Amino acid sequence: MSVTRRSLLKGLVAAGAAATVGTPVAFAATRERKKAPPDAVGMLYDATRCIGCKACVVACKEANGLSPDPGPYPGGLYDAPIDLSANTKNVIKLYREGDRISYMKAQCMHCVDPACASVCMISALHKGERGIVEYDPDKCVGCRYCQVACPFNIPKYQWNAAFPKIVKCELCRHLQAQGKTPACCEVCPRQAVVFGKYDALLSDARGRLAREPGRYYPEIYGEKEIGGTQVLYLSAAGIPFGKLGLPALGDKPVPEFTESLQHAIYQGFVAPVVLYSALGLVMYRNRRKRPAGEEGEG
Amino acid sequence: MSHRAEPVGGPILTRPFKVLFAVLATGLLLTAWRFVSGLGPTTGMNDGYAWGIWIAYDVVTGTALACGGYAVALLCYVLNQGKYHPMVRPAVLTSALGYTLAGVSIVIDVGRYWNLWKVPLLWNWNRNSILLEVAICVMSYIFVLWLELSPAILEGFERDNRYPLLRKVSMKIHPWVNRAMLWILALGILLPTMHHSSLGALMLITAGKLHPLWHTPLLPLLFLGSCLFMGYAVVVFEGELSSEVFRRPRETRMLVSLSWVMVDVLFAFLALRLGDLALRGRLGLLLNFDFHTFFFLLEMALFLTPALLMMKRERRYDPGIQFVCAIMMICAGMLYRFDVYLIQFDPGPGWSYFPSIPEMFITFGLVALEIMVYIFIVKRFPILAGIAPAPSEPSLGPAGVPAAGR
Repeated sequence: MSVTRRSLLKGLVAAGAAATVGTPVAFAATRERKKAPPDAVGMLYDATRCIGCKACVVACKEANGLSPDPGPYPGGLYDAPIDLSANTKNVIKLYREGDRISYMKAQCMHCVDPACASVCMISALHKGERGIVEYDPDKCVGCRYCQVACPFNIPKYQWNAAFPKIVKCELCRHLQAQGKTPACCEVCPRQAVVFGKYDALLSDARGRLAREPGRYYPEIYGEKEIGGTQVLYLSAAGIPFGKLGLPALGDKPVPEFTESLQHAIYQGFVAPVVLYSALGLVMYRNRRKRPAGEEGEG
Repeated sequence: MSHRAEPVGGPILTRPFKVLFAVLATGLLLTAWRFVSGLGPTTGMNDGYAWGIWIAYDVVTGTALACGGYAVALLCYVLNQGKYHPMVRPAVLTSALGYTLAGVSIVIDVGRYWNLWKVPLLWNWNRNSILLEVAICVMSYIFVLWLELSPAILEGFERDNRYPLLRKVSMKIHPWVNRAMLWILALGILLPTMHHSSLGALMLITAGKLHPLWHTPLLPLLFLGSCLFMGYAVVVFEGELSSEVFRRPRETRMLVSLSWVMVDVLFAFLALRLGDLALRGRLGLLLNFDFHTFFFLLEMALFLTPALLMMKRERRYDPGIQFVCAIMMICAGMLYRFDVYLIQFDPGPGWSYFPSIPEMFITFGLVALEIMVYIFIVKRFPILAGIAPAPSEPSLGPAGVPAAGR
């Protein structure tokens, strides 16, 4: 006897039926949109106010005990990071096109519904107090899935360490615990970046847009993007956020689809248990049915 | 056609074995360096490409190549095709080795390996994490595979008179293992179904980074499908190779029936892949005739050629064509996985990745170790079908499921 097309087809039909039954379940399990907690904090960066002095970069390094990063300049004379790295949680970049320029501050966006926390196996990265995306090295195995998943490429890894950690902005939560504000906001001479409660920052940003519509690009980045980010951005008129390196990501939280799928399949662990029992039964039946001597010793 | 599984016998320390040992030793030295210096100096990975070949090859592709045990068990025990039995033991052995080494390379790859023990602890779990599901499934499946193989190992000890204690213990345990085997085998089908679809689901979250020709909600299904025909192809490949190397009887007829199953799986995979792109209006991307188009067409060619070659009945009986088709299917599945995890993955401007020499040699070392253990086990334990003896007393099927008429 060989595998007949019919026996295989029967199997496929059964699998198809199972999938069809499973689909409505998947839709039913679509998760609710997450909201920032009521006491959420964040930052508002106004690119039109930033003069690119990089005081925030220096202050961040000091506050977080990070080593200098000579960037592309050999010899290591300068701390001149050109991007985020294991030594740089916060960086100022320059966008230039013709005679138009704008600065751009990059650090963790503290997403309302972060991909890094969604994918982290045992929640080394997680939403902590006041919506800060926190890192707990004691739970981190260093798998780096957070780096793969983050749409902003924020988490960095200590590639040159034998006992490495993930490095990213945690809104200076150690300073906040002492009642201080994050170092970058504290030091900014132009208040280009300010720290505050998420709601207040959002209405502040809306106010600025309303008062000086000619000054700004007419949107707030982070208000809706991927379900909201607790770090908000304003850009100068005529300079869309894409030019500053902020990707167009749409309104849907990044983990929405994956978590819905995962929950649909593994809700209460029912599907695996059902499949397991079905497999066991079929195999048990097959064993009894198998005519004597067909495959002999096998 | 009863072939009882027999140890191949013969010396272990042959010249090829020594060469493999040299490769392994190189890999081990480099691994030591990796643990002293970290991943930066030793690998090509970086913050943009945080996963390199250790994940894309050793884990994602390696476990698919180790799906022979899954594919054959599915056919043999669920679709009730008893005649594939002689292929079960070698397939399960390759799977057990492939998965175990995937586990080893995860330990080499992760940065904070000393925290790994916390992952299986239930109260730590982030149930949203697909990687967690993969990790738990792979860990359990490694254990299940060795259990599936254990009857062969126990049988080996039972036949060996040199170690009376081992022999006695084996004879004690063996009936217990046999009684539980059905449920172990069912786990052996459930777990790969779960984590191979999840290996595809892992990349769902990278919507902005993975090229739209590869990023699709069907990733889980496509990964499941591809691990099936990769598993079958490896069984064919291995069957041909070991009949050549160890001069075992050719299992051509059996492989023939396997090959048309593969034709169907291949066509189903292609239909899903192309249908999905067409439905979501992404086929137009192929008209860019760029790097992505090239790799897509290369994949398609590797999928289609074996499917078309094996459609003709008489060609399926040609061991040469079987072998070539198996290699093409393996390459097709490998390329598909490399595409999704590395080649078509673009974290943004300024990042690039190519594996470093030490990184590659650590992988080569693990592959060498796999082959060495395989050779050792088939030479000392009853894995491969021997020359048919006269049909004798009813006994146990190769993976321990009581065979005929119970």
